[in-house]
Amino acid sequence: MSDAKFVERYTPKERGNHWIVALCFILAALSGLSLFQPALFFFSSLFGGGPWTRILHPFIGVVMFLFFCITMVRFWKLNRMTDADRKWMKSIKDVVMNREKNLPEVGKYNAGQKYMFWLMVVCMWLLVLSGFVMWRPYFAGWFPIDINRVAVVVHAFSAVILVIGIIVHVYAAIWVKGTLRAMMRGNVSAAWAKHHHPGWYREISGK
Amino acid sequence: MPSLQSLDIAARSATTTPSPSVRHTTEIAKLIDESKCIGCKACQVACMNWNDLRDDVGTNVGVYDNPSDLSPSSWTLMRFFEVEVEKDKLEWLIRKDGCMHCAEPGCLQACPSPGAIVKYSNGIVDFISENCIGCGYCISGCPFNVPRISKVDNKAYKCSLCSDRIAVGQAPACVKTCPTGAISFGSKEDMSIYAEKRAGELRERGHKDAGVYDPQGVGGTHVMYVLKHADRPELVGLPKNPSISTMVGLWKGVTKPIATALMGMAAFAGFLHYVMVGPKEVEEDGEHKSEKEQA
Repeated sequence: MSDAKFVERYTPKERGNHWIVALCFILAALSGLSLFQPALFFFSSLFGGGPWTRILHPFIGVVMFLFFCITMVRFWKLNRMTDADRKWMKSIKDVVMNREKNLPEVGKYNAGQKYMFWLMVVCMWLLVLSGFVMWRPYFAGWFPIDINRVAVVVHAFSAVILVIGIIVHVYAAIWVKGTLRAMMRGNVSAAWAKHHHPGWYREISGK
Repeated sequence: MPSLQSLDIAARSATTTPSPSVRHTTEIAKLIDESKCIGCKACQVACMNWNDLRDDVGTNVGVYDNPSDLSPSSWTLMRFFEVEVEKDKLEWLIRKDGCMHCAEPGCLQACPSPGAIVKYSNGIVDFISENCIGCGYCISGCPFNVPRISKVDNKAYKCSLCSDRIAVGQAPACVKTCPTGAISFGSKEDMSIYAEKRAGELRERGHKDAGVYDPQGVGGTHVMYVLKHADRPELVGLPKNPSISTMVGLWKGVTKPIATALMGMAAFAGFLHYVMVGPKEVEEDGEHKSEKEQA
């Protein structure tokens, strides 16, 4: 291993955790969409039909939430917003158009990644709380109907926002070459780190 | 009810194309005349008899309501109300509760399972139980608190308005059995006329607030009431101006297509961005070499 060429970005535990959450998300999203949008009801076939989709969806969601909690605690501090982040966000157009000169220096995460993190935190909490209120046959009976009706709307809205967020998250990993291996193999090239996250690279390499 | 071979489906849950609707049937209605009801519960017996359902023996809750609530196997229920309609004037009101068979059913709008709830052109809203997935969205959608989910099979149940009897030209079991004629059945038009006539008679006899309960907030219902206090339907546990909750409308109305379009567009925008703007790549001097070394 030529340690100068690659730097570690995620530990095996972080990677494992991430992919458990990701897998649960895919399953929860497919089953949830089938119950949300009739045109996508066919997704329920993947889970063994309508009743099985209804049964499995909340359990998948709970597993996702529990593992996400670990991620949340682990990355909470790293995602604090700074003044540099707010400046970076102002030139988001340049970021999207791949014009990278004159952008403020980025640490381990750029502002886009940080916003994504907070979006996920908010959505996950809304989903788990509203999902609990809707969960039949176990818990839905505990809540008055008005609360239930708010919960179904909150659940649908936060799920849609999370799905769109994840689409952006996945695309960003495809868009920025060399990123995917950070989550697959744990490391990124030094050139990648220097280019995209110079503040973080300096911190870990002392260069 | 299990699904009947029907050519007259006016609406079907979670279905985006028209359902078989070539046959048109007369819009029907059941009319419940509160003033004629003696609370004998024959309708409850007829309902369980025709539908072959036996509820568990419950416990006395201190009033005549028995069972104490609608359940997966009790689709209709006499509810008893002791109310002081005005000062020092006690009245004992009795209402036969059950599905109202709304023209715009909230349950059907909320249901995510294709064909688990259908509305026939005669106005009956029927649960096709074998398609039910047990999510309880119909409960969220119903403005009248009617559907009940079985703890045994996790399917939702409610009054079918005896869709199987009506399909072969018979009146619902409860109508057939009512000894005082408090429940009548016929075309919606006839029943509306008869209801107004009855309300007029009641007003003549001193029930000045008598009127018909056919709430327009849900497009009218196919179970109507003649109420002695139509100005205060909440006296007998009926909502005054029922409508499908705004929340349910928001959830299952505009949100569905807009949200789906947004999700699709997000994915497509990503693809377009990739082919039009392109990926971000970093010059990796010597990366290929190190990949080979690792291999």
